[in-house]
Amino acid sequence: MSFQLLLNVFLAFIWMFLKSDYHLSTFAVGYILGFLIMLACRNFFNQPFYLGRIVAIIKLILIFFKELILSNISVTKLVLKPRLDIRPGIFALETELTKDWEITTLANLITLTPGTLVVDVSLDNKILYIHAVDIAEKREVIDSIKNSFEKAIMEVSR
Amino acid sequence: MNETFKIVSMILILLGTFLILVATFGILRLPDVYTRNHAASKSTTLGIMFILLGTFLYFYYEHGHFNSRVLLAVFFILLTSPVAGHLLSRSAYYSGVKMWDRSVEDDLSKEKEEKD
Repeated sequence: MSFQLLLNVFLAFIWMFLKSDYHLSTFAVGYILGFLIMLACRNFFNQPFYLGRIVAIIKLILIFFKELILSNISVTKLVLKPRLDIRPGIFALETELTKDWEITTLANLITLTPGTLVVDVSLDNKILYIHAVDIAEKREVIDSIKNSFEKAIMEVSR
Repeated sequence: MNETFKIVSMILILLGTFLILVATFGILRLPDVYTRNHAASKSTTLGIMFILLGTFLYFYYEHGHFNSRVLLAVFFILLTSPVAGHLLSRSAYYSGVKMWDRSVEDDLSKEKEEKD
């Protein structure tokens, strides 16, 4: 992906030199033209075209903000409720992600999810230990982590 | 136009202050380290982000001053505070801080015994 990005910047520079006009707007035009050329030649790259990955990264960032706001609403409800009827606990979650940065991102996402907080990652990087405020909702939490977060992170790294 | 942005930044700052207040109540009210950590690591993150964004908007539309440092601060806080929450609860767990009596499950205890 970084190679494709670099190639696109390079094409934009070539466009700037062809026009002998060194401004940001020329760079932008060159970037767009280079993008179209690369889109036409995408079969020659070993990896998939980089636009899909950028879309996936933006999706991941949006999920981050959504979860942050939802978790704040749930914490506010929890703290301001007159009766404290929570059942906290620590549960294990097996993850399919392998690379370090993927697991870090997943742990950060889980920490920002409503009602969960990562306490530890096992030594072989396969299990995340998560402290939940309400362990009764454990199943749902696991499902939502598996379906939305892991998928979103995998889309970025595929 | 300016008035709208003033109101928006006012709402953002008030909302952020409210969230930090909630986090403080949470720290006082919740029973053990881990549940307190929930309140502290989540509400303060968004609270400080809202306050910084409100400040940014205010200075941008009132004085025409684009302060990129505030935006960088928002970014850094977003990245670092979940890690801080994780590290606090992890070190609490491994130094033997007990969970609340009414906690139901503890899958980590086996792992801890292996490491000890």
